[in-house]
Amino acid sequence: MILDILSWISIAIGAFFVLVGGIGIWRMPDLFSRMHPAGIIDTAGAGFLLLGLLLQSGDWLVSVKLVLIFVFLLFTSPVATHALAHAALLDGLKPWTRRRDKARDKDGEP
Amino acid sequence: MLHAVGLFAVLFGTWILLSGHFTPFLLIAGAVCAALTVAITLRMDLLDQQRDFVGPVWRLPLYWLWLAGQIILWSLIVARQVLAPRLDIDPVLQRLPCSQRSDLAKVMYANSITLTPGTVSTDVGDGEIEVHALTRAAMEDLKSGDMDRRVSATEAKRTKAAAADAP
Repeated sequence: MILDILSWISIAIGAFFVLVGGIGIWRMPDLFSRMHPAGIIDTAGAGFLLLGLLLQSGDWLVSVKLVLIFVFLLFTSPVATHALAHAALLDGLKPWTRRRDKARDKDGEP
Repeated sequence: MLHAVGLFAVLFGTWILLSGHFTPFLLIAGAVCAALTVAITLRMDLLDQQRDFVGPVWRLPLYWLWLAGQIILWSLIVARQVLAPRLDIDPVLQRLPCSQRSDLAKVMYANSITLTPGTVSTDVGDGEIEVHALTRAAMEDLKSGDMDRRVSATEAKRTKAAAADAP
């Protein structure tokens, strides 16, 4: 019973972070700033969701797999984000800044 | 040789954990696969090169705990910025110094930066790292060097053998 409540709380927190991440991706002005809310999803969002599922699993083999999913996520998602940002910078994409926005030039073109 | 045995144990253990079936066929198949992987690794001469990994390993769980706290803290901060009625962000792209010697620790530092919401590492160079931060506050927090020091603390102390190997 207590386990159920804890697991629900954790899943709700995870869902909240995923929702916030989604809203953030939608609201941010450019690729680089969009990656920050996306980071919430695959750390805090996925973490709390998996923790909630872990409390419900009941079987140690399933628990181990859930923990492994989280561990692999923590290793792979920053690498993917880094590669994406690096590729965008190499391609010459200029990050959005406040100053450029004031010049009414939202796409970063000169 | 010890490394090869260790690698085999880790691979076979992973196989057993992921399969969850203890029939002779699956156990033998797992052992064969693990042995094959170890053989290929030996042939490619990838083993016994990672001397700098043997750092103070007991510090790693402590670091992960601290990192988890940072991730939750910055998730909340970025969540608040995302939900603010007026978007109050001030992104900056900057190069910061980093004090890690080994490649492994550098990767750890860069990945930790990216994992923490609000900062993303975009380039890793010699002794410096390029970071994109959502706000100036996030950049200032990173500049304080707290995370840098904590990652470096998990690194192995420079031994004579390692110093001789270093280019």
